[in-house]
Amino acid sequence: MTRLHSFHGGIHPLTHKKESTQSPIMSAPLPAQLIVPFRQHAGEAAKPVVQVGEYVLKGQLIGEPVGMISSSVHAPTSGTITAIEMQQIAHPSALPDLCATLVPDGKDEWGVRQPLSYRQLSSDELQKHLRRCGIVGLGGAAFPSDMKLSHPVVVNTLVINGAECEPYITCDDMLMRERAEGIVRGIEILRHALGTDSVLIGIEDNKPQAIAAMQRAVDDSSHPFKVVAVPTLYPGGSAKHLIKVLTGVEVPSGKLPTDVGVQCYNVATAYTVHRAVEHGEPLVSRIVTVTGNVEQPRNYEALIGTPFSELVALSVPKADTNRYIMGGPMMGVELPAVNVPLVKASNCVIAASDALFPPPPAPMPCIRCTRCAQVCPVELQPQELYWFAQSHNFGKAQEYDLFDCIECGACAYVCPSNIPLVQYYRYAKSEIRARDLEKRAADLARERHEFRQFRIEREKQEKAERLAQKERAAAEAKAATAATVVATQVDPTADADDTQQMRIDAALARAKEQAAAAMPKNTEALTPEQRAEIEAIEARRAHIHELAADAGADDEPPKHSQGN
Amino acid sequence: MITALWIMIALAALLGMILGYASIRFRVEGNPLAEKIDAVLPQTQCGQCGYPGCKPYADAIAKGEADINLCPPGGEEGIHKLAELLGVEFKPFGENAQPKPKAVAFIDEQTCIGCTLCIQACPVDAIAGAAKQMHTIIASECTGCELCVPPCPVDCISMVPIEEQLTNWKWRYPVFKLRQTS
Repeated sequence: MTRLHSFHGGIHPLTHKKESTQSPIMSAPLPAQLIVPFRQHAGEAAKPVVQVGEYVLKGQLIGEPVGMISSSVHAPTSGTITAIEMQQIAHPSALPDLCATLVPDGKDEWGVRQPLSYRQLSSDELQKHLRRCGIVGLGGAAFPSDMKLSHPVVVNTLVINGAECEPYITCDDMLMRERAEGIVRGIEILRHALGTDSVLIGIEDNKPQAIAAMQRAVDDSSHPFKVVAVPTLYPGGSAKHLIKVLTGVEVPSGKLPTDVGVQCYNVATAYTVHRAVEHGEPLVSRIVTVTGNVEQPRNYEALIGTPFSELVALSVPKADTNRYIMGGPMMGVELPAVNVPLVKASNCVIAASDALFPPPPAPMPCIRCTRCAQVCPVELQPQELYWFAQSHNFGKAQEYDLFDCIECGACAYVCPSNIPLVQYYRYAKSEIRARDLEKRAADLARERHEFRQFRIEREKQEKAERLAQKERAAAEAKAATAATVVATQVDPTADADDTQQMRIDAALARAKEQAAAAMPKNTEALTPEQRAEIEAIEARRAHIHELAADAGADDEPPKHSQGN
Repeated sequence: MITALWIMIALAALLGMILGYASIRFRVEGNPLAEKIDAVLPQTQCGQCGYPGCKPYADAIAKGEADINLCPPGGEEGIHKLAELLGVEFKPFGENAQPKPKAVAFIDEQTCIGCTLCIQACPVDAIAGAAKQMHTIIASECTGCELCVPPCPVDCISMVPIEEQLTNWKWRYPVFKLRQTS
């Protein structure tokens, strides 16, 4: 029996998980069209590699990763790409992003699948395969899973996260109940890649069926994994907190779990790793919970890109539903519209009504009761952070470790003044990030400006040097001529100024010669009449010039008239 | 009595020498205040303040020759920062120096004749091109100073405001509707 540890704070909100675990996972029917965003993961958006009008097979690559932290995007089913354009996505900003629209042909025909035997794969090859298959963390952050294998640090313990602490969400619970074997196989692949022996599977004790199913699968597989029931306490599903509970090791501020020898994967990620490696299937579908104010709350296996409206319709929303939340009620974000597509990070969609989630009463002033500090799982001082964030004192907020905040919402949940604390923290965080970027841009501009000035100065100097060199060379040449002149005794009285004048005269003569040589070609072969005409014109011109010169020395004719 | 006086004089001379040496040995190159001010300025190098760049403006502020409200790209926040740094009162922008939304220059490549005048005007070398070759703005380096706009003989440079996208979107400050209670 593993000895369990605990973390500071935490809350016990009503779980509301029973509603959606009554019926098994259902495969959602093929929607009329799929909208697949190219940015579904943390990091850079994928780059489209298909054309509009192209026919694609299920699992065919449509977006390839760009840069280090990025992932692939695949066609969720077979069909035709009808558009690649900006469309609204599931983001609180309601801003559009680049998406591919795919009209399914109904055949759901797989492209080439390449199953691999993981035992023959090195960690490096597996990492490349996961990147090709677009595997990202399905717990919510959608961090590319291959990146987690690339860390060159020794991992002693692999923690598998099946805690699913947030109310209403049951997709991992149902996955563990129904597909425990696949999860265990996926865990074994990850364990092999990380080269560790110790594997801990943490599941909150409010999911006894999932724990039993996982235990059974582990026993059948004869892998030495440990299934551990952890106490139900929000936010125990946060990676750092689950690691603390299972191993007693606290991940320090600003560090990664790998820095303390632990790596953490979600159960659903482990399952997709199994599908990717042993079946060659890229990540094109996921389990999503549809719950809240609906008639039939349940879990669906839906294709990435399915509009939420189609999923919600399957569960029949009640009449008074007025908005939808993606994710859980604690950390989720309100959908800008219900027809936005499902992405890899979407674990749950909650139909909300004013009866289910009554609008919060107006916030009152903070009375500094510090109940938020008592429940904060990261041991921050939320009341101070609130104070600094609402007065735009970002430097101070950073000093109080604002960026360690996991935005779990426990503080806002207990706040007797109903202050939406997390909103203030999100505001402060994004302002600080924006300022950081601005600062970096300013530093770059300063550097470039200073270099430009340095360059201009250098060019000036170089020019001056070249000039000086020329002058030196000229002086030397002059001295040489003077010497020859002296030697030949042609003009012993010639002084420096005379030689200068001689050289100028010689240059003028050369220039005249050149000008004469460059006579326009169309005047070479002319008839006598034409020649006479040209001469007449020239004479007229000379006359005009004379007149102009007489008109006044200070009143010169405009320049262009000379050329005419 | 005399001994005490001598001791005091000797001490004064000794300390004076130490201070004199220290002022030579630990001399600070440049003006540290001007550098601090320069760090606060947005480095657009636009010259809207009337000085030929951010550094000269910072020097002028440090010498007390310039006001702190002459930098529109820094915004009101910039004035606040300068006021805090210098320990002076906040001063609002004047009538003809209002901040504008951030923008980057854009060259209409159909119209560009490749005259290089904009390249010479750009304070941060953010324009790529050569004589009689089409020019283009390196958007990530452009500070939006607008110095390239007036020299262009064919008016092919326009300032495009930076639109809000997913990559630069920010969470808003929480605002609440107050309900009327009678």
